[in-house]
Amino acid sequence: MNQLLQQLVNGLSIGSVYALMAVGYSLVYSIMNFSNFAHGGVIMLGAYFGFFGLTLLKLPFAAAFILASVGTAVLATLIERVAYKPLRDRKAPFLYFIISAMGASILLENVVIATIGPTFRTYPEIFAREPIALGSLAIGRLDLIMFFVSAFCLACLILFIDKTRIGKAIQASAYNMKACALMGVNTDLVVLIVFALGGFLAGIAGVFFGMKYTVYPQIGNITTKSFIAAVFGGLGSLPGAVIGSVLLGVIETLVAGYLSSQFRDLIAFVILIGVLIVRPTGIMGKTAEDKA
Amino acid sequence: MDMTYIQGILMLAGINLIAVLGLCLLTGFTGLFSFGHAGFMAIGAYIGALMTVPPSTMPGSIGGLGLPFIFGILAGGAAAGIVSWFIGRITLNLKGDYFCIATLGFGEATRLILNNVQTFGGARGWPGVPQYSTVLTVFVVDVIAVLFLANLVKSRHGRNMIAVREEELAAQIAGVDVFRYKMIALIVSAVYAGVAGVLFGHYMTFIQPKMFSMTKSTELTIIVIFGGLGSISGSVLGALVLTALPELLRAFDIWRLVFYGAAVIVIMISRPKGLMGGMELSPAGIRKIRAERRARLALKEEAAREAASGGRS
Repeated sequence: MNQLLQQLVNGLSIGSVYALMAVGYSLVYSIMNFSNFAHGGVIMLGAYFGFFGLTLLKLPFAAAFILASVGTAVLATLIERVAYKPLRDRKAPFLYFIISAMGASILLENVVIATIGPTFRTYPEIFAREPIALGSLAIGRLDLIMFFVSAFCLACLILFIDKTRIGKAIQASAYNMKACALMGVNTDLVVLIVFALGGFLAGIAGVFFGMKYTVYPQIGNITTKSFIAAVFGGLGSLPGAVIGSVLLGVIETLVAGYLSSQFRDLIAFVILIGVLIVRPTGIMGKTAEDKA
Repeated sequence: MDMTYIQGILMLAGINLIAVLGLCLLTGFTGLFSFGHAGFMAIGAYIGALMTVPPSTMPGSIGGLGLPFIFGILAGGAAAGIVSWFIGRITLNLKGDYFCIATLGFGEATRLILNNVQTFGGARGWPGVPQYSTVLTVFVVDVIAVLFLANLVKSRHGRNMIAVREEELAAQIAGVDVFRYKMIALIVSAVYAGVAGVLFGHYMTFIQPKMFSMTKSTELTIIVIFGGLGSISGSVLGALVLTALPELLRAFDIWRLVFYGAAVIVIMISRPKGLMGGMELSPAGIRKIRAERRARLALKEEAAREAASGGRS
C-alpha cells in the first residue's frame, strides 16, 4: 500500500510535467489540426536556455526560469512564422505541416549538436536532494515543486482561455477558423499567441525535465511521450491533455515499479495504439467530423 | 573517393529506394502517410537474418536457419506484409492525422519490443549476419520493384488508389472499395519495406533496433516528398539524391543534418510538389509534360493577345 502511494506521488509529479508539454501539442492541434512535432525541439531548447541561464549567466533560479520560457515562446513563434505561415497562406494539406515540423525538429536538434555539443549536461543542484518525509512517504523536493508549478501554470492557462477575450478568440478559432476570421478576429495573431503560449509552457517543462534528468540534444524524443499523452486525452482538448498526461505518468511509474523498468517506454506506445483502436479521439476528444 | 565507397553509397541508395518505392505507393498514390515504416524494415531485417544466419555453434551467439538468401528476402517481405495486414485491419479506418500517429506508435513499439527481446540480442544488436547483399542483388530487386510498381500504378487497381487519394468519399460513391485499396497499398508498401530491411541487414552484417527508429521512418517519408508525390521516377531520384547528399556533405560534418532539416522546410514552403510531383521520366511522361507546357504557353499567349487588343479598344 505504501509503495503504491509512493508510486502514485511520483507518477503525479512526472505526469504534471508531461501535461505542460502536452497542452502545447493540443493547443496547436486545436487551432491548426496538425501534430506539431517541432514542439519536442522547443522543449529541448528550453532545457538548454535554463541550463545556461543558471550556469553561464549565474542567474537566480526564478530568472533562469523566465529566461527559458520567454526564450522558447519567441522560438515557437519564430518557427511558426518560418515553417508554417507560408503553408498556412497556401492552405496546404496537414501533411505538409507535419513534414515541415519534422524538418524543424531535425534542424533544432542538430543545431544544438553542432553548436553546444552532443554531451549530457547536469543541472546544478538547486533543491536539496533529501526528500521531505510525509508520514511514511518520501517526496522529493523537486517533485513537489514540479507538481505545484505545473498545476499553477495549467490553471492559469485554462483561466486565460476561458476568461479573457484572447482566450475566447482562441476557442472560436479552434471551432471554425474561417468563420472566426470573417467575424473580424485577427486569426493570424491568434495562431501566434497559441504558439507563444505553447512555447512558454514548453520552456518551463524543459527546465524541469533538465533538472530531473539531464540535458541532451535528443531530449525531444522523450517528449514524444507527452504527445502520446495528448492523444490519449484527446488531441485538441486542454483538459484532455492534462488528464491524459497525469494518467500516463501514473501508469508509467506503476509499470516501472511493479513490472519492469524496461517496459516503461513500451507501455506508452501500447497505450497509444490501444487508444487509437478503441477510441481514436481520446478520453475528452470530440468525435472528429467527417469533412467531405 | 575509391570505388568501394561509391559502391557503398549506391547500395545504400538502392536499398533505401526499395522502401521509398513502397511508401511512394502508400503516400504518393493512395494518400496515406506513415511514420512507422522503419518498423516494417526492422521486421524484415530480423526475420531475414533469422533465415540466413547459420545455426548457432557457440553458446552465446545467436543462430538462425542457415538458408540461402532468397528465402531470407521472401520471408522478410512476407513477415512484414502479414504484420501490416494486422496493423491495417485496426488502423486503416482512422481518419487524417490519426492513421499517421498510429503508424508512429507501431514503429516505435516494434523498436522497443526488439530492444527488450533478448533472443535477438536486444538493444546490443545481432552481429554476424552474412554479407549476402551485393550491388547485383540490390540492383535486381530495385528493377523488379520499379517494374512491379509501375505496372500496378497503371492498372485498374492503381487508378482506384489515385481516386482514393484525390477524393475518398467520391471514390467510395463511385464504387471503389476504399478500405480494400488502402489495405493493398499498405501491404505492398510493407512488403517493400521488409525486403529493404532484409537487404539492409545483409549489407551492414549487423542489425540493431536503434537503426529502425522514427528518424528512419521520417527519412523515408521525406525522400518520397522530396521526389514528388505520385511519381515513381521522382522517388528514384529522391532516394539517390538524398542518400548521397549527406555523404557528399560529410565535409561539413556535424552541420550536414542542420542543412538537411533546413532543406526539408525550404522544400515544403517553396516547392511542395517535390522534384517530380505527378510527372514521370518515361517516354509517355515526357510527352505529357511537353504537351502541358505547350498548353500553358498557348494560354499565356492568348492572354497577352487579349490584353493587347483590350488596350487598343
